Amino acid sequence: MDFGTFLIQLLNGIQYGLLLFLVASGLTLVFGIMGVINLAHGSFYMIGAYLAWSLSAYFGNLWAAIASGVVLTVLLGMFLEWLLIKKLYARDHLYQVLLTYGLILVFEEMRSVIWGDDVHGVQTPGVLSASLPLTDTLSYPVYRLWISAVCLALAVGMYVLIQHTRIGMMIRAGATNRDMVQSLGLNIQLVYRVVFALGIALAAFAGMIAAPVSSVFPGMGNQVLIICFVVVVIGGIGSVKGAMVAALLIGLVDTFGKVVELQIGEIKLLPELAGMTVYLLMAAVLLWRPEGIFGRRT
Amino acid sequence: MEPRQLAAAAMLATLAALAALPFFGEKFTVQLFTKILIMAIFAMSLDLLIGFTGLVSFGHAAFFGVAGYILALLTPQYEAANLWTSLPIAVAGSALAALAIGLLVLRTAGLYFIMVTLAFAQMLFFLFHDTKIAGGADGIYVYVRPAAEILGWKPFDLENFVHLYLVVLALFVLVFLLLRVVLASLFGRVIEGIRVNEHRMRSLGYPTFRYKLACFVLAGALAGLAGYLSAIQFGFVNPDMLGWHLSGEVMMMVILGGMGTLIGPALGAAAMMLVEIAFQALPTVGSIDLGKHWQLFMGSFIVLVVLFLPHGLLGLLARVGAVREGGDG
Repeated sequence: MDFGTFLIQLLNGIQYGLLLFLVASGLTLVFGIMGVINLAHGSFYMIGAYLAWSLSAYFGNLWAAIASGVVLTVLLGMFLEWLLIKKLYARDHLYQVLLTYGLILVFEEMRSVIWGDDVHGVQTPGVLSASLPLTDTLSYPVYRLWISAVCLALAVGMYVLIQHTRIGMMIRAGATNRDMVQSLGLNIQLVYRVVFALGIALAAFAGMIAAPVSSVFPGMGNQVLIICFVVVVIGGIGSVKGAMVAALLIGLVDTFGKVVELQIGEIKLLPELAGMTVYLLMAAVLLWRPEGIFGRRT
Repeated sequence: MEPRQLAAAAMLATLAALAALPFFGEKFTVQLFTKILIMAIFAMSLDLLIGFTGLVSFGHAAFFGVAGYILALLTPQYEAANLWTSLPIAVAGSALAALAIGLLVLRTAGLYFIMVTLAFAQMLFFLFHDTKIAGGADGIYVYVRPAAEILGWKPFDLENFVHLYLVVLALFVLVFLLLRVVLASLFGRVIEGIRVNEHRMRSLGYPTFRYKLACFVLAGALAGLAGYLSAIQFGFVNPDMLGWHLSGEVMMMVILGGMGTLIGPALGAAAMMLVEIAFQALPTVGSIDLGKHWQLFMGSFIVLVVLFLPHGLLGLLARVGAVREGGDG
C-alpha cells in the first residue's frame, strides 16, 4: 500500500469513526443519564438518512433538509419519550430491550410503507462537491473532510454543554441522583425528555450528513446500531470520552480491515473476514477490561 | 381440584391432544405445530437464562444457527447424513460455541451483557454471511433429511411429516422433563439464587461464574437442538438463523408466555406463531397491503405486551384465577 492510498484510508477511517461517535454518544448518554437501553437508536440514523433524501428532494437543497429534519426528529424524540420511554425508567433492562425492539420493527416497516424498499442516493451539496488533490493522481472529497469537521465541532460542543453549562450540571446531577434533583425543585422529567430527544437527534443528524456518502437503504440503522453497541462496550457505558476513543479505534480497524491483505499460509484472513474484525477487537477489550476502557470499575 | 392437580391435568390433556394431532389435523396444521414445538424448545432454553438465572441474552439465535449450519455442512449434497452422529455433533458444536462466547460475555453483567451477547451473535452472523463456508448470504440447502437407520433397522423416516412431528414432540417432552429435573436439583436452586442475589451466593461459597457458564452452555446446547430440528424441517439454513431478529423474537416468546416458568415460553412460542400468521393474513386496505407490512403490527403488539402484560399470559391467568378466588389479585 503506497502512501497516498494509506492517507486516503486513514482519512476515511477517521471520518467513519467520528460519524460512529455521533451515533454512539447519543446512545451512551441515554444509557448513562437515564439508565435506558434504546435499541431503536439506530432506527433514527436510518430515519435521518431517509429524511435527508426526501426533504432535499422537496426543498431542492440538503441544508434546508437537515435543518427541518433535525427539528422533526427532536419533536419525534420528545413525543416518544412522553408516550413510551418514560414508562421504562423503573423497568428492568429486559423490558427496555423488548419494547425498543418492537419499535425497530415499527420504524422499519413504517419506512417501507412511506418511502418504499429501494436504495437511494443523495447529492453532495454543490459547495462541498470538490476534491482536494493529495498526490499527483489521488484526491480526496471535501465533503468527507467536512463531515469529520462537523462531528469534531459537535463533540466539542457536547463536552462544553455537559461540563461547563448550567443545563449540563442538571443533566449530570440527574444521572447521579434523580430523586435528589427532583426534590431540589428541578423538573427532572423535562431534563430526561430533552436528553432523549437530543440523543436521537444526534443519531438522525449523523444519518443525514452520511446520506450523500453512504447512500440510503433499508436496514442501514440496524447495521450502525450494533457497531455502536461495540463502541459503547469498548469505551465504557456512559463515557462520552470512551465513546470517542472507541469510535475512532473501530473506524480505523474496520476501514483498514477491508483493504489490508493478510493471510496465514493458504488461509486468507483479510479482507475476507473484515466483517469480524471489530468484534474481535471487542473480545480482546473484554478480556482485558470487561467494564470498557473508560468504564467505572464495579 | 387443587390448582396444582388442575395444572397437571391440563398439561396431560394438552400433551394427549398434541400426540393425537396427526390423526385428525391437516398437513399444514401438523407442520405448523412442528414449527411451534421447535420454537418452544428454543424459547425454553432461553428462559433458562432469562427467567431462571437472570441473564438477559440477546444473542441466543447464534447457537440455534450454529447447529443448523453444522447439519448443512455434514450433509453430502444429494445424500442423507446420519441422524445419530450428526445430531450429537451439531448439539456439541452449539455447546462449544456457547462455552467460548460464555467465557467472554459472562465477565460482564447487566446492560453490557445484553449488548455483548448481541455483538458476538452478530460476529458469527458475519462469519457465515461474508465467507463462502456455507453459501454466504444466500445460505445453503439441506436437500435430504438425516437418515435414522441403526444397523439396517429404520425406526422412523424424517422425510415423512408425521414422523418428523412425532420426533419433535418427543424431543420437546424430553427437554421439558430434563429442564424440570435440572431446575428441581441443587444446581437449579443455585442458579435461582444467583438471579436473586449473586453476591450472597458467592459469599455462601458457590463459584457463581462456573454455575452461570454451565447454564449458558446448557441453554446453548438446547438452542442448538432446536436449530438442528429447524434446519431439518425447512431443509435450508441461512445467516438469518443466527440473526438478531430471531434473538428478539424468541425473547418475545419467553416474555409473552411468562418468564421463569417452563410452560410459559412454550405457550409464548405458540402464541407468537399464531399472532404472526394472523397478521400476515391481514387484507389490503386502500393502497396498502397490511399483510405484507405485518411487522408493523408485530412491533406494536410487542410494545403493547411490554406495557400492559409484563408477566405474560401465565401472569394474566394467575391474576384471573386470583380474582375468581376472591384473593387480592
